[in-house]
Amino acid sequence: MSMNNQGRPTRSEDIETGCAPATFTGNRALILEEKLIFESGSTDRTGIDFPAAPDAPSKLGGLERSVEIGLPGLSESETVRHYTRLSRQNYGIDLGFFPLGSCTMKHNPRLNEKMARLPGFADIHPLQPQQTVQGAYQVIDELADWLKTLTGMPAVAMSPKAGAHGELCGVLAIRSALEARGDAREVILVPESAHGTNPATAAFAGYKVEDIPATKEGRVDLDALIARLGPDVAGVMITNPNTCGLFERDMKKISDAVHEAGGFVYCDGANFNAIVGKVRPGDLGVDAMHINLHKTFSTPHGGGGPGSGPVVFSEALAPFAPLPFVEGQGGEYRLVEEENAEEHHASSFGRMVAFHGQMGMFTRALTYMLSHGADGLRQVSEDAVLNANYILRSLEDVLDAPFAPSGPCMHEALFSDKGFADGFTTLDIAKGLIDEGFHPMTMYFPLVVHGAMLIEPTETESKDAIDEFVGALRHVVAAAKSGDANLKAAPHHAPRRRLDETMAARKPVLVYKDSETAA
Amino acid sequence: MSRYFTEDHEWIDVDGNNATVGITNYAQEQLGDVVFVEVPENGKELGKGDDAAVVESVKAASDVYAPVSGTVSEGNVALADDPSLINTDPEGEGWFFKLDLSDTSQLEGLMDEAAYKEFVASL
Repeated sequence: MSMNNQGRPTRSEDIETGCAPATFTGNRALILEEKLIFESGSTDRTGIDFPAAPDAPSKLGGLERSVEIGLPGLSESETVRHYTRLSRQNYGIDLGFFPLGSCTMKHNPRLNEKMARLPGFADIHPLQPQQTVQGAYQVIDELADWLKTLTGMPAVAMSPKAGAHGELCGVLAIRSALEARGDAREVILVPESAHGTNPATAAFAGYKVEDIPATKEGRVDLDALIARLGPDVAGVMITNPNTCGLFERDMKKISDAVHEAGGFVYCDGANFNAIVGKVRPGDLGVDAMHINLHKTFSTPHGGGGPGSGPVVFSEALAPFAPLPFVEGQGGEYRLVEEENAEEHHASSFGRMVAFHGQMGMFTRALTYMLSHGADGLRQVSEDAVLNANYILRSLEDVLDAPFAPSGPCMHEALFSDKGFADGFTTLDIAKGLIDEGFHPMTMYFPLVVHGAMLIEPTETESKDAIDEFVGALRHVVAAAKSGDANLKAAPHHAPRRRLDETMAARKPVLVYKDSETAA
Repeated sequence: MSRYFTEDHEWIDVDGNNATVGITNYAQEQLGDVVFVEVPENGKELGKGDDAAVVESVKAASDVYAPVSGTVSEGNVALADDPSLINTDPEGEGWFFKLDLSDTSQLEGLMDEAAYKEFVASL
């Protein structure tokens, strides 16, 4: 063995590699086996010494806590370390490729963060006098303008907090419009290729949900939809581009038929990233559509949120949009609320939230739009679709891609589990990808494809990153096809091996109990 | 007593006007481990094709439809405590609900065991 003059070995080839022995602590190098915070520290200790409370009479009328609260005593450094270690076990878009289909996990530009942290945006309060927050209102108004321009729709409600909340906002506007004309329709039609939140939203808003089947090409069955339309149908909820990664080419025909039958068209805009600057949903006859700022317009999500889901409206639904909203006139901005809504917004269905929405996300989304410009946003869509098609064509020789023959995909590529060895499933592919250092794709959704794998790379991944992912996935797929027993036991390298998802769902442990109480 | 099947993978055992409904072994295999079940309350009126029960597995949530019209006479309460009955004995102990049939002629459109086997083989 060659040694340097400090006695420190410089080469490691003689060291026995292979199966690593267990360590004394359970830690593996810098991957620490982290205890729950209740298991570290002690209730007898405290991180900060407070002086004893003065002996004053209680004002709680006998409702004071009479038992110990049981919080662990930890110093500041112990607390910081605990949460920092936990954060290192997380996986996020800042760490690597995150190909969750229909989630648009794109990079969150740091310029957005810089703008959102400007004190004029970050340190204001919703109840501040309106003349002191004119700049913030201008941001909301300009963002609203971009959204209306990009969608070709005349109105937008900025307050909904995320996708499903936006869906609810749209469906409540549909309900209000129908009620206003004394039309008690009961059914909302939802195609199989829609997001799972669509039927949930319709049911939550009090509608009966009916499925519309998909064609073999993965699109809405237009004939089946038209056949079902009638005086009891309040509207349809369509995801476009849909969850098979395909553009609903018959959208205009669908809208025309639904309008003809007296209903409204809700479009789930979660997949808007594929068509920004290319298609205006307003031109397709859409009456309401939510836009996920946290997907399409690069604000953080997937644990880093909060989300933000503004809803654009057609002329027909605009009068029913929720309050409040920002209105600008001659460089002055004001908030239109209940007390001043009479003039031109008296038929609003009410409020979705207490205040105007996610100010921090508005600032980030507008920053993204201004830094890209209209041509840049169009290129975003083009690159997102290009990347997804690159994935589709790089994998279709090894994975079954049921809709690949019908042409290019949009922002995401869909594969099935056809051709895997007996007993091997999509779940094994996901676990194998974890070993390879990738967050798995969306799996088992949409339901129209057996063992679905839905991959959305977004435009912010480089060709190198995608090639690396494709290489890893091809390797894992080969193992699933040959029936490699090692894959069945994956992940091998994660801090925890394969978890019992069934037991976790059937007998979840939701509240910490120390071992004595639990036993 | 005779057993019928639907294209939505429910089975229905019929004895006069009384029927028992569950999901087939094929459905159970497709769902994977079942983790949650919601059965209808006694006295609930169901039309043919109405959502009658909910079954949730680690992979997906699905509705169980009423294969024919009728009034619910009993839901299988044992499933709430032990949803795994649907995986271990889908066409026996894992039944979902019992119905008093309102129109036995609706049974005519359903499949018998041989026809259902053929249907599953075609999927």
